[in-house]
Order: sequence, then C-alpha cells, then structure tokens
Amino acid sequence: MQVTNETIDRLAHLARLEFEKGEKDKIREDLQKILGFVDKLNELDTEGVEPMIFVAEGHNVLREDVVKVDITHEQALKNAPKKDSDYFRVPKVIKK
Amino acid sequence: MTASVYDKYEAVIGLEIHAQLLTHSKAYSSDSAEFGAAPNEHVSAISLGHPGTLPKHNKTVIDYAVKMGLACEAQIREFNYYARKNYFYADLPKGYQITQDKTPICNGGFVKIKLKDGSTKKIGLTRIHMEEDAGKSMHDQDLYDTLVDYNRAGVPLIEIVSEPDMRSADEAYAYVTEMRKLVRYLDICDGNMEEGSLRCDANVSVRLKGAEKFGTKVEVKNMNSISNVKRAIEYEIIRQIDLLEAGETFTSETRSFDALKGTTFSMRSKEEANDYRYFPEPDLPPFIADQAYVSSIREQMPALPDALFDKYTKELGLSEYDAQVLTDLKEIAAYFEELIGFTSNYKAAANWVMGSVKSYLNENALEMADFHVPAKNLAELIALIDSNKLSNSVAGQRVFPVMIEQPERSPLNIAEELNVLQESDAGFIEGLVQQVLEANPAKVAEYQGGKKGLLGMFMGEVMKLSKGKADPKEATRILSEYLDK
Repeated sequence: MQVTNETIDRLAHLARLEFEKGEKDKIREDLQKILGFVDKLNELDTEGVEPMIFVAEGHNVLREDVVKVDITHEQALKNAPKKDSDYFRVPKVIKK
Repeated sequence: MTASVYDKYEAVIGLEIHAQLLTHSKAYSSDSAEFGAAPNEHVSAISLGHPGTLPKHNKTVIDYAVKMGLACEAQIREFNYYARKNYFYADLPKGYQITQDKTPICNGGFVKIKLKDGSTKKIGLTRIHMEEDAGKSMHDQDLYDTLVDYNRAGVPLIEIVSEPDMRSADEAYAYVTEMRKLVRYLDICDGNMEEGSLRCDANVSVRLKGAEKFGTKVEVKNMNSISNVKRAIEYEIIRQIDLLEAGETFTSETRSFDALKGTTFSMRSKEEANDYRYFPEPDLPPFIADQAYVSSIREQMPALPDALFDKYTKELGLSEYDAQVLTDLKEIAAYFEELIGFTSNYKAAANWVMGSVKSYLNENALEMADFHVPAKNLAELIALIDSNKLSNSVAGQRVFPVMIEQPERSPLNIAEELNVLQESDAGFIEGLVQQVLEANPAKVAEYQGGKKGLLGMFMGEVMKLSKGKADPKEATRILSEYLDK
C-alpha cells in the first residue's frame, strides 16, 4: 500500500494531530516502512489459523456490582488543564 | 398532493434502542452509576480515562444483557470479547468506547407487537450488545467553553438493534412500547425516555409497494418520548415520499427531530461519517457464557407480559382487553398475580384491579407502589360480595375507601363497623316483605291485576325498610314469591 500525503492527512485528522511541513514527509516515510514490515508478515500463510486476540489465558474476570468511591470530586478535577468548581472545561466543539 | 400518492409507498423502519442498565456501579469501574448526582461526583480514574488504568467488567451488566436476550428468545453467544470504537470527543476521555462489534452477546430473537386490527406481528432483532455510555457535554452554558460532566461516562448500556421489519410509525410506536415494557418487567432499565435512560434512533426509508430494494436510508435521532418516535417517523416518511414524487434524490444522512416544530433537520451526511477503527479490546479478558451460566440466568427470569397475557386469556378466561390492561405495567400484573392466589373469581379480581384500584391511583396521581391494601384483603372483599354479604356498590363506595385508609383492617371488620353487611336471612327478609305488602294493599291489588312494573316500587320499599341491608337478590325472590302466589 502506498502511503500518500492524503493518507497522512486523514490519519492526522482522526488522531487530532497536526504536523509541520517537513514532519509530514518524515512521518510518511516511516509509515511506509512500517507497512512494508506488515506486508512482510503477510507473506506467511495464516489460512485456517484463529487470530490470537488475547496474550494471557483466563476468562470471566468479573467484579461484583458494588460501588466503591476511589477519588473525590476535587481530586477528579485537580489535574484538568481547565475547570471550574463543578465541570471540566474544554474548547467549544459542536459535533458536526 | 392527494392521499393516494402516499398509498403507493411503504416505509421500511428499523430501530436502535439504547437502554441504560440499572446497575449500582458502572460497566468497567466501581464508581456509582446512579442518575442525578452533582456534576463529576460519580467518577474514578478509570471512567476519567487516566493512563495506566484498566477496566474490570461488572458481572451484573452481563446478567442483564443475557436476561434481555432470553426475553426476546435470542441466541446467547458463548465466546464474547469486547471492541474499542475509537473517536475523539471530550465526553469520551480515553478516546474509545468499549463496546461489542463482531461478537454481540445476543443474536437474533424477536418481540411481538400488537397491531391496531388486533393481530400480532413479530419484529426480528439483529443483535443486542453491551457498551458504555459517554459523559455529558453542555455547550450552551458558557460563551467560550464546553462544560463536561463525567458522571454518565462508563454507565452500562445495552444496544438493541431491530431488523428493518416495521412498516409504519404505528408499528414503531408499538415496538418501543413493548421494549420499554420488557426492560421494566426484567427490572434492568427504568425505561425513562425523558431522562434519557431509554433512547431510540430510527432508520427510515421508503420504497414503492412491491419493490424489493430498500430506498435511501435516513437515521433520525433525538426523539425523547415514544410519541415523538411516532411523530418523527410520520414526518420523515412524508418528507421522503414528497422528495421522491418531486423527482429529487437524497443521500443517506443523520437527521435530528425538532419536537417543537414536529420536523426533522439534517445533522450530518453519512459520507462524512466517522471512521471508528474498531479493534478487539485487549484490556478486558473474554467472557464465556456457558450453558450452566445461561441456565442460571433463565431461572431468574420473571414471568413476562406475553406469557401472562396468554395465561389470563387462555387459563383464566379473561378478555384480551382485560389481559392487556393487567399486563401493561409490571407492578399491576404482580399485584393481580398475588390477588388470584387468594381468589378464584378472576373476572371480579380483574375488575377490581382495573376499576377501583386503578381509578384510585389515577385520581390521586399515585403509583402501584403507593397502594398498600394487601391482596389478601381485597380477595376477602370479593368473597364478601360473592357470598351476598356485601353489594358491589357498597363494597366499592363505602368499604374500599376505608380499606385504603386502613390497609391492614379486614373488610369484614370494616363492613360490620359501617353496619353495611347485607342480610340474606330469609326470615328477616320475609318480615320486611310482609310489612311492605300490608302497608300497600291497593298497590298489591294493582300488581296482581297485571301492573307488574310495581315490583320495583315494592323492592324500593323493602330496601328502604332494611336500611339498604337486605340482600337484593334474596329480597326480589321472596317478594315475587309473596306477590305471585
């Protein structure tokens, strides 16, 4: 797969990242290399092999439905870059 | 445009319902899932998406999802894992929603809806899957900032996706009504559409009747009541037909319902739809729903409205209307179930619950939970009527109000104190009849001369003399006996 500037722009938008002009070229080259590596892996025939989703064994790791208070309202807001006494504040973006 | 133009088309409707589950804690963290707290009180490092935190699944969420699946006769998936749905938005602090993509816990199934002509129709389900809710953004409270409250972030949801099986707004209305009834019976969601604990999106398209191919699909959101679901779909069907008739094409898009205007407006087109880049959630180990587990949930299932409806119509001999009213609300059905444990006069039991009990609740704007008369006492009242010790009207107008005031008192005790027990003793009634006949010899002669209508007058006199306590049936019988001999 050929990584184009459009590919980079689209990924950058999805990840909410912005690149300087020069950076974009470098990222494009890096990504092209990464995809090349993945293509190498694709040479292996995995027909009929179940994909491994989980590295660890184990299943049904559940907790009972019990409320536990870990942090206070003040602690929750403490590290927010912008806040008031009640809310986290973020730049206004209306969902398109 | 004439009505006949609209008749050429049929609508194809599928619904997606999100139901907030009534758990104590959130889906993947232990902070409270309760509605109504002050902003950002019910939060944790996990629901705030802090780096390094790991989700841990709430067992009850799975139990509830499986209950819903079983109630709809869906297949329960044995091997479940979760997926990340990635998107950036401030109400989703970790940048992805934990959901189920390729492995919904419930597949297939159906619910039955009742149509206006009295028939029933099965609406198929595509899937039911578990996911988490996002936080709440407020855009209008501040000029420059959006305010975010994460109390709702991580609250468990199930999403119920129907097949495109509905053909009118009325069917969609019946479907949402049925689903809300089900989640309430199962006690897994409070079903409150106004507060958003039950939310519904509709996929609507129209096509010429008989056409195989679906028309262009439009998704309608923001319908915060069942009647708004109906209004929005009705509007959307007409809008789409008008466009087609005008020869215009339209694209697949998401529209929002404006409840004030009763119209829909475009939110975004599907072309610019998000790319969610789903992939398996590595932080949550898989969940295996084996046979033993599914059976254990099946055993906890309450009687569902459909089963009760069948029981009432087929076993108890009640009318479909009665069965419908009795099963509409879980609380009413539960009371009726208790009541018929104490009386076998099912019709009378149904009449009391649908009549006096419901009108008392309606008049006082109360819920069934506010009705404290034990079912056993109401059954006793029915027994008093059945044995002619009380008339229906005296029971309803005199005894029942006292029972509501003093729920623990037996109706017999109340009737005795009010001195309203009927006298059906033949000797007592004969005495009254003789007195009345002796006092009205002229009328007796008229009656015996053929003026049979006077029987009512004699009855009135007997009842008056008895101060309303004579058993009217018995009094009529004895009176006729004396007059006709």
